[in-house]
Amino acid sequence: MTQDYIRQRERRTGWYLTIPAVLVLLLVYAYPIIWAFVSSLFTENLSTNLTREFSGFDNYVRLALDGRFWSSIWNTAVFTVVSLIFELGLGLGIALTLDQGFRGRGFVRTAAILPWALPTALIALAWRWIFNDQFGVWNDMLVNWFHIIPESISWLGDPFWAMVAVIAADVWKTTSFVAILLLAGLQSIPQDLYEAHAIDGASPWQSFRQITLPLIMPQILIAMLFRFALAFGIFDLVLVMTGGGPGGATEMVSLYIYDTVMRYLDFGYGAALVVVTFLILIAVVAIAGLSIAKSRTATGVE
Amino acid sequence: MTTAPQPITPPSSESQGNRIPWQRIAMWAAVIFTVLFSLGPPMWELLTSIKTNDAITADSVVYIPSWDQFTFEHYVQLFTLNQFHIYILNSLFVAVVSTLLCLGIGAPAAYALARLRIPGERLVLTCVMGVTLFPYILLFLGLLRLVQFTGLANNYLALIIPYTAINMPLTILVMRSFFQQLPKDLEDSAKIDGYNVLQMLWQIILPMTLPALVTTGILAFIFAWNEFIFALTFITQESMKTIPVAAAQLGGTSLFEVPYGPLAAATVVGTLPLVILVLFFQRKIVQGLTAGSVKG
Repeated sequence: MTQDYIRQRERRTGWYLTIPAVLVLLLVYAYPIIWAFVSSLFTENLSTNLTREFSGFDNYVRLALDGRFWSSIWNTAVFTVVSLIFELGLGLGIALTLDQGFRGRGFVRTAAILPWALPTALIALAWRWIFNDQFGVWNDMLVNWFHIIPESISWLGDPFWAMVAVIAADVWKTTSFVAILLLAGLQSIPQDLYEAHAIDGASPWQSFRQITLPLIMPQILIAMLFRFALAFGIFDLVLVMTGGGPGGATEMVSLYIYDTVMRYLDFGYGAALVVVTFLILIAVVAIAGLSIAKSRTATGVE
Repeated sequence: MTTAPQPITPPSSESQGNRIPWQRIAMWAAVIFTVLFSLGPPMWELLTSIKTNDAITADSVVYIPSWDQFTFEHYVQLFTLNQFHIYILNSLFVAVVSTLLCLGIGAPAAYALARLRIPGERLVLTCVMGVTLFPYILLFLGLLRLVQFTGLANNYLALIIPYTAINMPLTILVMRSFFQQLPKDLEDSAKIDGYNVLQMLWQIILPMTLPALVTTGILAFIFAWNEFIFALTFITQESMKTIPVAAAQLGGTSLFEVPYGPLAAATVVGTLPLVILVLFFQRKIVQGLTAGSVKG
């Protein structure tokens, strides 16, 4: 009787403690998404004098035929996939390096975290300056130090190189995050596993393939999941570095949404863009999650 | 992994003397690459910010400025003409208030989710983990309309509330994993001594959670300081802007006369607080990030 009463009171206190956090989360995360679903069924732009007029699925029909939207999705996909591949490779390399014992490791570790902690918008300014076509240090290094290219490239003025530049900046910024997560995974692997494996005559490469990779797979998957979502919504880096240019070559879906709303004041259509981007994101995460779960049960790992 | 074979078959001193230590060379090459890769771009920005305009736009790139190419004029301009101290204070205010608010709301929720078996706990946790994957661009439109509707545009609450929310998942996940590691005996004996949950939280748990609160607080501060899209769209009044927005808009209007020096100085000023945080709290940042994403 009193036990029940105490349990009940504890529960009630638990809810009181949780509710403020839940309310803030609902307000900032759930409300905008629900709002977008509702508003995407209305037209609200300059042609309706910014009043709401119900228009059913008109926005979605327009979206399906909107070449600019699909090319922005394509740009986002290219950006995301290429960035993730390089971040994973470099991040793994840096994590393996940081996992070694050497003098000055604390300093190197601090240096390696730094890119992650710096504001993306400011880092974009730095990279815009590095890739400057006239005075940029990157051109100078490639032309005058390494003699890789004969003359300066207009990095941000060329559709292909602008994408390369934006990806390079993103890889620089976020590789440290991947490295931190993977390092945590590496450090949780017991050292005697490697020793036993070496006694069996395994080479370092074999133990990397057979011990390291399988054991840090959870960390790799989590890092890639986080990175996928963030890369897919990349905004500040691209806005500051290229503004989506040249000629829309680096226009990501986020920049298109931003332009639709802030420049064309097309709120209904902007909402439809948000909904479709949201659904694409959810779909990719769900498919990736399912295939991961499937491959786990297939190989019998956990 | 590369050091593993050595203790088992120690190579004879003769072969060690002749062999080139490839593994050590490769390791140090990787270490040097990591340092150059990580520090190169910020260092370049720092070097640019202390060069005269002539040195910045010289025909051949000036790497280290000589004495007559050295100047602080860009920093002087930043704090006189461009009033950057205002933006720093704005950023500081928004980041600190939202961090404190986030800890104040998030830590008790994390405790409840870790210890008090409340109904719907799993649902709340799943949602908390799910929303960490939402890009801000998907939220900004709905929030923008809400901000306009409630008249919160150009009010710091329009930033403080979203920043509190975007740091909430991290706070809940990190603090919850911390609370789960706390020994339960303390709370049991506190209950026997007649403390209720709130008294116990305040007088016994809180002092022990300070290290975890610092960890979470640093991460929340970093995220709030760096946030861009909400700050760009919800605050339009010049004197209320935060530093990433102010820096990005510095001379961004004219393509022909880009103020490279002040831009570089603005980058240095805006990143300096974070560099200091990383220098002092490297360990805590790593702990928090891994606890927030891996253990969750």
